[in-house]
Formats: sequence, C-alpha cells, structure tokens
Amino acid sequence: MIISIASGKGGTGKTTVATNLAVSLDDQVQLLDCDVEEPNAHLFIQPVIEKTETVTTPVPEVDMEKCTLCKKCNEICQFKAIVVIGETVLPFHELCHSCGGCMEVCPAGAITEVGRELGVIEIGHRNGLEFINGKLRIGEAMSPPLIRKVREKTRPGVLTIIDAPPGTSCPVIASMKDTDFVLLVTEPTPFGLHDLKLAIGAVNILGIPHGLIINRSDLGDDRVREYAKSQGVPVLMEIPFDRKIAESYSKGEMLVESMPEWKGKFRALYHQIEDIVSHRKRGEA
Amino acid sequence: MKELVVISGKGGTGKTSILAAFASLAKNKVLCDADVDAADLHLITDPSIKERHDFDSGHTAIINQDKCTQCGRCRELCRWNAISEDFVVDPIACEGCGVCYYFCPEEAIDFPLNTCGEWFISDTRFGPMAHASLGIAEENSGKLVTLIRQEGRKLAEEKGLDLLITDGPPGIGCPVIASLGGATSVLIVSEPTVSGRHDMERVSELAAFFKVPAMVCVNKFDLNVEETQRIEDFARQRDIQLMGRVPFDPVFTKAMVQGKTIFEYDDQSEGARAVKKIWGDLIQKLGV
Repeated sequence: MIISIASGKGGTGKTTVATNLAVSLDDQVQLLDCDVEEPNAHLFIQPVIEKTETVTTPVPEVDMEKCTLCKKCNEICQFKAIVVIGETVLPFHELCHSCGGCMEVCPAGAITEVGRELGVIEIGHRNGLEFINGKLRIGEAMSPPLIRKVREKTRPGVLTIIDAPPGTSCPVIASMKDTDFVLLVTEPTPFGLHDLKLAIGAVNILGIPHGLIINRSDLGDDRVREYAKSQGVPVLMEIPFDRKIAESYSKGEMLVESMPEWKGKFRALYHQIEDIVSHRKRGEA
Repeated sequence: MKELVVISGKGGTGKTSILAAFASLAKNKVLCDADVDAADLHLITDPSIKERHDFDSGHTAIINQDKCTQCGRCRELCRWNAISEDFVVDPIACEGCGVCYYFCPEEAIDFPLNTCGEWFISDTRFGPMAHASLGIAEENSGKLVTLIRQEGRKLAEEKGLDLLITDGPPGIGCPVIASLGGATSVLIVSEPTVSGRHDMERVSELAAFFKVPAMVCVNKFDLNVEETQRIEDFARQRDIQLMGRVPFDPVFTKAMVQGKTIFEYDDQSEGARAVKKIWGDLIQKLGV
C-alpha cells in the first residue's frame, strides 16, 4: 500500500504526520520524502545514509559539424529550450523538459543527449525503516522528474509513506498520483481551509480515497470541520495545539518519542486507513 | 520602482500574515500575490475584482480516435507514459511537449492551448492588488508568477506608486525562481525550528544563486531561542541582513479568522509592535 501525505497549505504538519506514522508501525515501512525542494523528514528520522545517487535528466547537445541549420529542432521545441541564431544552435539546458523531440526530428543526426543534474537521492535507514530522500539542486526549477525518480524506489509488498510537497500543482500531483490513499493535513484557519479545498479538488481529479488530519485543532474556527463533513471527508485524527509539541518539533524531536502516548494513535490511524482502502478495493472488485 | 518579495522556503512560517500586516503599514504600494498555487492573501485583503483574465499556457495532446490507426508511434516516442494502450492521452501525465502531435503519421493528434488559471486586477482597502490563481493540478506556475509580477509592476507604474510587495511561493523550485528575478530584495520569513532553519538556508542559497539581496526575520522566535540564534548566525555569515524577530502571538490566527491584519485586529499586540519595527527598518533599507 502507498499512502501519500499532502496538505495544500505549507507548514500544517505533513512531515510530522509522515515521520511519526512511519516509526509507529511494526510493518515493513519505507518513507519517501518527495518534498524535494525543501525535504525535512531526515531532520526527524535522522537516518544512516548508505548511498547517494545523482539524478540527471537528458538535455540536447549539438554537433555543429553535422548541423545543417534547418531549424527543425527550434520548431518542435515547445519550451524555447533550443534556438537557432544565425550560424549557431543554442540549447538552453535549464529550460529543457527532456522530451527528446529535437533529437528525434534532427535529420542530420547532429543532436545527442547529455545529463543536467536535477539533484540527488539519498538512501538509508533507521532501524527497520527504509528512508529515501530527494534533494533538488539549488537553482534547478523542475522538481517533478526528481520526484518521479524518488518514487521509482517504491518497493512492492511493503508499506510506502510519501511526504508530498505543499500546493496543488505538478510537484504535488507527481507525489500523489497512483497512491492508494491521500492523508490531507490541515489547520482550522481560513488559509488552511482555502488550501484544503484546493487539495481535495486535486485528490478528486486523481480519484484517490482520502481522509483528513486537523493539526493545531483548537486554534482557529470550525469551518474546516464543517467543510469536511459537507464533502464526506472523514476526520481521522486531531492534534491539539500544545506549546510542548511545538517546542519539541522545533528541536527535531519525534512526537511519538517525546509523548509516547501518540504511538497508539498513529497505529489506530493506520488501521483506519487500511479499512478505508480495503473497503474501497472490495467495492471495486 | 522597488519590489520586495516575501518568501520563506518552508510553508506555514507566517509569510502571508506578516505581508498582510505590512499592507496595513505601507503607503503608495501595489500588492501582488505570486503564491499562485495556493494563494491566500485575498482572504485578508478581500479584493473587489476590476479585471479578470484567463491565463493560457501550455498544450495538451488529444488523440482523434476516428483518424488514429493505432500504429504505436506516439506511444514509442512519449517519454511520460501518457498514452494508454488504447491510445487515450492522460492529460495529467501529458507534459505538453508536442512530440506525438508532430510525429503522428495520420495527423490524428490535436494539440490545443490550455487555459490553466486566471489572473485579476483588484482594488482593496490597502490599495491596488494583482493576483492570480492557478487551476487545480495545472502546470506552468512559474509562467503565471512571472506574468502576475509584470502586471503588478504595470499597475504601480499606471498609478504612480513606487513599491510592489509580492507574496512569493514556498519551496525553491520553478515558481520561486520566477518570483526572484528582478526583485529589489527578498525578505525570508523563517521560523526557529530545525525544518525552518534548513529550508531558510536552502532558499537563501537560491537567492544568492540568482544574486538577489536577501534579508531574514524570525517569526515565532520565542518557541526556540537557540534555533533563532542559529538562523541569525547563519545570516550573519552569509551577509544576509537581519531584520529582527516576531514573537509567537495568537493574535495572528485570531486576526486571520476575522479576515483582518494584526494591525486592524489589535495594533498594540506584541506581534503588531514587532512587525511595525521590522517595517520601519525595511523601508529604510529599500529606500522608499
């Protein structure tokens, strides 16, 4: 099973939920941090990293000896990433989406592909927990291809927990797509509610069953609960605001370690998710 | 004209609440919400929309089943696995590269332009505002960020205003990069947590990479004074201007629930006093 943890609004507690859920279970678990722009799960998990892989994406290189300046590459590229100016062809690697169109269309066979570094993937563990982390290179604009590479590390047969980035655009979709359940984490404030509506919209487009966690549940107002009810989204857990929780989070401590009573709650959360997912699968079958 | 872009790296540090508080204090400015993926500033500023425009960007392939002979050329070329075995394009997986459209021997593929969001010019009780909203699950957020900043700038020029205050997106990827180019300064609103510091370090490296001068303030500083000091030490080492500290103050949430800035809610609160001091220093640094 793959559970992705998303939120719409940033800073609502995705990473807190992902990391605490991951360490609370006896099952074999792998945790994938797909918030590759600002990955934080490692700060709490403190894994032993065994392997670091550099991830690249193919971008064009032009052999000017073979190029006939026919401009077909320039014409096919939707991203203005290869431009013919006078007697030269300029590839703009940072704009390239790696579709391979220019190489395919070139009648002279003048284009080959080299790699542009997207970032790295770190692989490690903490006790029995397998930990995988993507880290976008500073200055790199495109996170979805790195997120897809992180997700290629998913192992069938184990429980995979994905910490997704905030928002509702392509990086979030790349993190949630083809997961079995989306756990949405929000806070009961106008900003939290507004962004939750967008996140539920995105999850509905993908057609994935989902549930809600309300963090800092006693700050703000009741509109998030009312909205969840009106949409039929189950509230699976509430985490009250507690200055002790906030302070221990600030130091990088895990909630289930500083307050062990939470371990049982995260296990119960997982069982609820299992029930919803298996119920849904039976419904489909 | 000067443009202050407020970013944070990590989400939820209080970037938009602090920016809204600046809106109460700043004069002769245009507000710009460039966090197009999850725009929230309008929840405080309550804009009345004067102009509404579609944001058209990017294309998606659609296979015309009447013309398709299922030769498989498109599936062979598509690097996004966006075309199913029965030759239907998954619009979410489609990157909009047009390779299938270009090479289809039957010319069976359409490649229409997408409308993937909207942008607005509005009036607010704080002055004019340019804002945008990207459609759910859409792409091209960076382009919309660039567009809305240009529109904000135009608006300021038309109205003879000399400051643009822009709410930037979280993270360090495409929309953040698009929010940095040409900015006078970025203010990084951080929080004193291990995550807040880690993310602030990465986003300040991004600002340095694009050579935009950075400033930092620490929100909720009293939640962890040691982490606050670490953030400030990092800033000093990197020549990032320190703009001060804001205490953890429930007034931010209370004001937000009522759709107000903290100055409208309680201008004598600790939070309001701290933000006022930061704003005073900021306008000196910006020279407005």
